[in-house]
Amino acid sequence: MNLSGKKVVLHDMCLRDGMHAKRHQITLEQMVDIATGLDEAGMPLIEVTHGDGLGGSSVNYGFPAHTDEEYLKAVIGAVKNAKISALLLPGIGTVDHLKMAADLGVNTIRVATHCTEADVSEQHIGMASEMGLDTVGFLMMTHMIEPEEIVVQARLMESYGANCIYCTDSAGYLLPDQVQSRIELLRRELKPETEIGFHAHHNLSLGVMNSLVAIEAGAGRIDGSVAGLGAGAGNTPLEVLVAVLDRMGADHGIDLYRIMDVAEERVTPIMDSPIRIDRDSLTLGYAGVYSSFLLFAKRAQQKYGVSSRDILVELGRRRTVGGQEDMIEDLALDMAREQGLI
Amino acid sequence: MAEKIRAAIIGPGNIGTDLLMKAARSALIEPIWMVGVDPDSPGLARASEMGLKVTAEGVAGMLPEMRADGVQICFDATSAYVHAENSRMVNGEGALMIDLTPAAIGPYCVPPVNQRQVLSAPCRNVNMVTCGGQATIPMVAAVSRVQSVSYGEIVATVSSRSVGPGTRKNIDEFTRTTAGAVESIGGARQGKAIIVINPAEPPLIMRDTIHCLTDEEPDQQAIRESVEAMVAEVQRYVPGYRLKNGPVFDGNRVSLFMEVEGLGDFLPRYAGNLDIMTAAALRTAEMFAEEIQAGRYSPAAD
Repeated sequence: MNLSGKKVVLHDMCLRDGMHAKRHQITLEQMVDIATGLDEAGMPLIEVTHGDGLGGSSVNYGFPAHTDEEYLKAVIGAVKNAKISALLLPGIGTVDHLKMAADLGVNTIRVATHCTEADVSEQHIGMASEMGLDTVGFLMMTHMIEPEEIVVQARLMESYGANCIYCTDSAGYLLPDQVQSRIELLRRELKPETEIGFHAHHNLSLGVMNSLVAIEAGAGRIDGSVAGLGAGAGNTPLEVLVAVLDRMGADHGIDLYRIMDVAEERVTPIMDSPIRIDRDSLTLGYAGVYSSFLLFAKRAQQKYGVSSRDILVELGRRRTVGGQEDMIEDLALDMAREQGLI
Repeated sequence: MAEKIRAAIIGPGNIGTDLLMKAARSALIEPIWMVGVDPDSPGLARASEMGLKVTAEGVAGMLPEMRADGVQICFDATSAYVHAENSRMVNGEGALMIDLTPAAIGPYCVPPVNQRQVLSAPCRNVNMVTCGGQATIPMVAAVSRVQSVSYGEIVATVSSRSVGPGTRKNIDEFTRTTAGAVESIGGARQGKAIIVINPAEPPLIMRDTIHCLTDEEPDQQAIRESVEAMVAEVQRYVPGYRLKNGPVFDGNRVSLFMEVEGLGDFLPRYAGNLDIMTAAALRTAEMFAEEIQAGRYSPAAD
């Protein structure tokens, strides 16, 4: 694989996807501490919001320690060079949230839908693009459909005004050749000026490898998170990816030692438990389940005595999609009743 | 037995046709007009076969005849963009408008929750909120009538096939309108609505989760009874409305897990979200029909 001289824009997720792993309880001080560290390391783009995006604050997904507005204000005020992005899932957040984030000075809006439902993003992508923001269409759970079907949905987002399209492996399920076929086809079929991005979860330990494959296939933006802080077994650990890209001679613009220090000294110490491939996060990647279901399944096991692995496998069998966190308690109750536990 | 109240359905699409099939069975409503804009619409052809008068000229096509035909109730199953004009026209001919679009120019009606209030303040346009609202607001109200609810949140999960282009183009309207009605009709001080679209095949039956946060510790027995009674109320017009799990009590959180299966009249059974709209609209019309028959309400009177 030859990535020598390839330009890659890295995008850190630990203050958004990492919110899942932290049950949305990252403090403002921790956010600022990590964001300034990333900024000094040369990270060009940092995502900040509730794990489920703007407006994610809810019983269903968890109430955060602070509002999106408070987090965004704190981080935007603290970084010098890094740009800030915010995630928005139509059906959860609205254009009102989008306007709020734009007013606070975010550079990038990423509008996320399930990979087959791009047409719910028209009003949000349209507005972000009209506002002149860097506008990203973020297709989730792309392992569930074929590359050709992804292109159809990507074209919709492109037609609404997205200047970058992400192929997102929300379940950490994709194998390298599946990443390659998806990114290659997107690169071939979308407008040449449309950027392609890839977002991984590390549930099968393929985050770094799949990111390299994506870059080779034509992706110019890669998500990851420092120390891997993210849902499931986390996102692609950025400091590891940077080290590998360094050795391959790719052009990423990050100071390796500084980002290693952020991982070691600022991110790892705030983890509630180590981000690693345990039995449950491995199940996510194996069964194709949305990564943020992890802690909900663990909690359901604690409460109802049903195996979290069994819950996750069943959620995969039922082809649940991102956002269906409410299914987990419902399903655990059904399973507990069947097993005579309640 | 009193004469049935004559009605017109505007919009011969999936919703309008399903509504027609339900209305055709009603003891109180007699659908006599189907109004469309496309002469080749299969919905108009179907309505014509069922013996209805039809027009492809929009509401204007029915207007000259509707008073003579005795139409007193109209249902609008078109879109929010044309609703206000449709409503103005049929109101002018002395008919009540029941609005299945998200236009919401009239008061909300969730039949088992606020039908009495809607009837007590005579109006000539009522709005059916949203599918998610019809499925969940009765449950929020079932809790809030027992004790005060500081926060009500609903999560509606619907099959991709049951979500039409209008909803998709303006999904914020769903979240905003539903959240507002969780407050104003459901009785929660703060409302939140979430919609999730799932493309699984075979399509999943509409699921709804309702979370309420109560001010004081939940009175479990009273809430259970209230919820049970409310489910029975909704089942009178949507037999496939089921409490799957709950109420789950966790501190001040009360959670209910519902499934809504449709009757499968014209829309498939999994599309409980659409069925509950047409069933609630008909239910609302029947309520008004009883009032008209009893001489307590006239849509023609200002």
